[in-house]
Amino acid sequence: MPRVPGTRTGRNAELGLLAFAMIIVALYGAIVEANQLGKITTTFWVPAALLSILFLGLHLVVRFTAAWADPVLIPAVALINGLGVGFLRRLDIARTISKKLPEPGVFSGIGGRQLAWTLVALILAAVLLLIVRDHKAVSRYAYTLGLVGIVLVMIPAVLPASMSEINGAKLWIKIGGFSLQPGEFAKLALVSFFAFYLVRKREVLSLASRRVLGIDFPRGRDLGPVITVWLLSLLVLVFEKDLGTALLYFGLFVVTLYVATERASWLIIGLVMFFGGVYVAYLLGASVGGPFANFYDRASIWLDPFAPQYVSNEGYQLVQSLLGLGTGGLFGTGPGAGSPGFVPEVQTDFIFAGMGEEIGLFGLSALLVVYLLIVERGLRAAILVRDSFGKLVAGGMAFTLGLQVFVILGGITGLIPLTGQTTPFLSAGGSSLMANWLLIAMLLRISDAARKPATGGPAAQAGGPKQPPAQLHGAMTEVIKP
Amino acid sequence: MNAPLRKAGVVVFVLFGLIFANLNWVQAYKADKYRTDDHNARVRVAEYNTPRGVIEADGKALAENKATDDTYKYLREYPEGDLYAPVIGYKGVNLAATGIERSENEFLSGTSDKLFADRVSSMFTGDEARGGNVVLSLKTKAQETAWKQLTNNERGAKFGSAVAIDPRTGAIQAMVSMPSYDPSPLASHDTEDAAAEYNKLNADKDKPLLNRATSETYPPGSTFKVIVSAAALRAGYKQDTEIQAGDEYIAPGSGAPIHNAEAETCPGSKISLKEALTESCNTGYARLGVDLGGQKVQDEAKAWGFEQEDLTVGDLKDGGLPVAASHTGDLTVANDQGGLAQSSIGQKDVRMTTVEGALMAATVANGGVQKRPYLVQQLLTADRRPIYTASPETLRTPVSGSIAGDLKDMMISVVENGTGKQAKISGYDVGGKTGTAQNAEGADPHGWFIGFAFNDKGEAVSAVCVMLENVSGGHASAEAARIAGLIMKAAAGGGGD
Repeated sequence: MPRVPGTRTGRNAELGLLAFAMIIVALYGAIVEANQLGKITTTFWVPAALLSILFLGLHLVVRFTAAWADPVLIPAVALINGLGVGFLRRLDIARTISKKLPEPGVFSGIGGRQLAWTLVALILAAVLLLIVRDHKAVSRYAYTLGLVGIVLVMIPAVLPASMSEINGAKLWIKIGGFSLQPGEFAKLALVSFFAFYLVRKREVLSLASRRVLGIDFPRGRDLGPVITVWLLSLLVLVFEKDLGTALLYFGLFVVTLYVATERASWLIIGLVMFFGGVYVAYLLGASVGGPFANFYDRASIWLDPFAPQYVSNEGYQLVQSLLGLGTGGLFGTGPGAGSPGFVPEVQTDFIFAGMGEEIGLFGLSALLVVYLLIVERGLRAAILVRDSFGKLVAGGMAFTLGLQVFVILGGITGLIPLTGQTTPFLSAGGSSLMANWLLIAMLLRISDAARKPATGGPAAQAGGPKQPPAQLHGAMTEVIKP
Repeated sequence: MNAPLRKAGVVVFVLFGLIFANLNWVQAYKADKYRTDDHNARVRVAEYNTPRGVIEADGKALAENKATDDTYKYLREYPEGDLYAPVIGYKGVNLAATGIERSENEFLSGTSDKLFADRVSSMFTGDEARGGNVVLSLKTKAQETAWKQLTNNERGAKFGSAVAIDPRTGAIQAMVSMPSYDPSPLASHDTEDAAAEYNKLNADKDKPLLNRATSETYPPGSTFKVIVSAAALRAGYKQDTEIQAGDEYIAPGSGAPIHNAEAETCPGSKISLKEALTESCNTGYARLGVDLGGQKVQDEAKAWGFEQEDLTVGDLKDGGLPVAASHTGDLTVANDQGGLAQSSIGQKDVRMTTVEGALMAATVANGGVQKRPYLVQQLLTADRRPIYTASPETLRTPVSGSIAGDLKDMMISVVENGTGKQAKISGYDVGGKTGTAQNAEGADPHGWFIGFAFNDKGEAVSAVCVMLENVSGGHASAEAARIAGLIMKAAAGGGGD
């Protein structure tokens, strides 16, 4: 294809950025070894090289199946994914040092397992890109996906605690030594279903009945779906003992609803309902206890983790997280030079705190910017894509990713009550990695559709992405045919 | 739909901004507080990264370190076990430190300002920064003798304490408390083990964690007669001034008669002051106290160190083990001559620590000058360069040299001819005063001995106080006197046992 300004696929840029990301990951590994072992081994580059091969594989798949996909997504995610593997390997090295064992192999320990999970996750992402050549095809299975999503959400709630509870949150399916977080996959299925449902219903839901303070409020009888999802998320809050997941599902629904209807009133209704529900749950936890007690405890710990009754017990995790972050300060102790071992669950929920001690405020801020970049790139794909379903799926997924990062990072830094969420692409664990890479694959697919010139030549498409909203409106209704 | 999507983007931006602001709060504003928070285990790990200084006496290590493989690189060990525990205390990972380990913590851990120059130089030389060493004034022979004799006392007393002081300097030669404990398990790096051990010791009804020499007070019994004697000498009495004695004394306005310990003690109506002390004449001293008046007795006790609330024994600059105040109670209550009579023989509300007992004897031996007691002889840098050497201080001078001389003569008479004969040791002139103190209804009395020893050159080499709780079999003070003699002999370098 001849090079015409504005028509670059961005694949070469992607390759360059990917190489840059992998160099950072390799450097991180080298610094970790220097700090922990007092020397840099001759094999420090091996994990970064293996990751490079994996990401290169995905890059090739994208090159051939989604050539116009956003070139920033893969390098940004690869950077976080790679640093995650590096940090987990750093924990493995600390463990072998304390047990006087030789340096762990590349494939051993949680770092090695994360590397293997990355392989699996990338294969899944590639398969999704290969099978789903057009994101609109997903809408054909919307009802199935909706059902699957709800079932996945509910499974941990109905399972006995011994099979579903880890650290007080019932979010798991534990079979033998293997555990799975179905909620990670559920959010993908639910976004797809919401998008489909709202594209069909958006006109009804946009109908306003009353205008209060300049905001149009919907008709009472149209509140059904939002109430249903609200109840569902409160059930999650109470029975899965997890505010974060509840906030995630509800936030996801309200935002897609808002995007679909362009009615800010939905946002206001949603926020009031959610925080009202949370506050009532808090009050019920304080007075009635029972299923609400767990949430009340978490909120109390959040309000004062250093209180004498919490500091060494229920508040221990949060306190150690804050102390680790504080110890790191502005610049951190340097990769490998901190003591993340004092933070409980540092390989999963608290990985950001563990890294924060070593890379400091500056390093964490950089990571935060990379996350923000991923989310904003996802939203950009939503803005650029022409069909409503694609807009809602991409917007919903990108927003969910951002919300999840907010919920877990807010939790471990004491901004909001702590809940058991994984940090996307960073935490150890296959479910999170697979689900989030699938999410990225979906964003790649949609961004490919958004940026791809239509059937005509490049010149005709040069202004495509910059089309005014009015024209996009016209394109919306053509899309969904279940 | 693009406008709401853009707004969603703004929402995410704001949410991330909140995280960023909060990270600033945690990692910048609160960083120092979190970095040094008590719950931050990193603080402790850093503390254990450098070897803590050694606590030693007579060249023997009493608290030292063993390199380990775990998170905390050095394990604190106490090779002498419970022998020195009441003095040294312990330094645990999570437990609050006690004893010298607490009072000299900054120096031992190397964070003291006194070691600043060494920290700077170790930065340049690349040598490992290390804590400073503490050299105690204790004489290991005296300490070992005191512990051995106390724990093997011939009357089966379970509780007691002993303190020996060099009267000329205030250097503490021995300080033991029975029962004691082994501090090593409390320093275990397994914090749960250490906490369990602490809880066990703390709940023990025998209170092994208590330093009975410094923090407990007991009725001093007849040892208090030294104070009353001093008050009498100050009031113009002489050694041979005759005071009124007899089998029984009933203070004016009081129904309870005071008797002597034995029928043969001062039965006659008159006895010299010296004889009264030698035989420990209760009736004579009770009447003497009443005759002198409560105020004089009370002032005398205060002049010797009673009522001092803030005395510490450690190094002379920075504090150390707190010593509980000894008390006389209020002796000036009108119309309570009976109470004053009881107090004058060291009963009723009079309470004394073992340290104060030893200080009294030391003051007499040192010509009326009371030296401030101390435990830390020297502070050394890791390469054994002295940073501090104790230079003796006078704490107070309660009496003139002549009164002190009279008291010395009288107390020597106690050991030569009176109730303190068991304290005699060959080659030394020993003086002292016994005490048998009633404490609780039906309980065996406490046995006391306070005394001093002069060598053949006339130097006051040691002053001691031995206290045994609830001694059975009568003559409670005799066993204390015997042990006191042996401790002084060991402290003076004349061999133990």
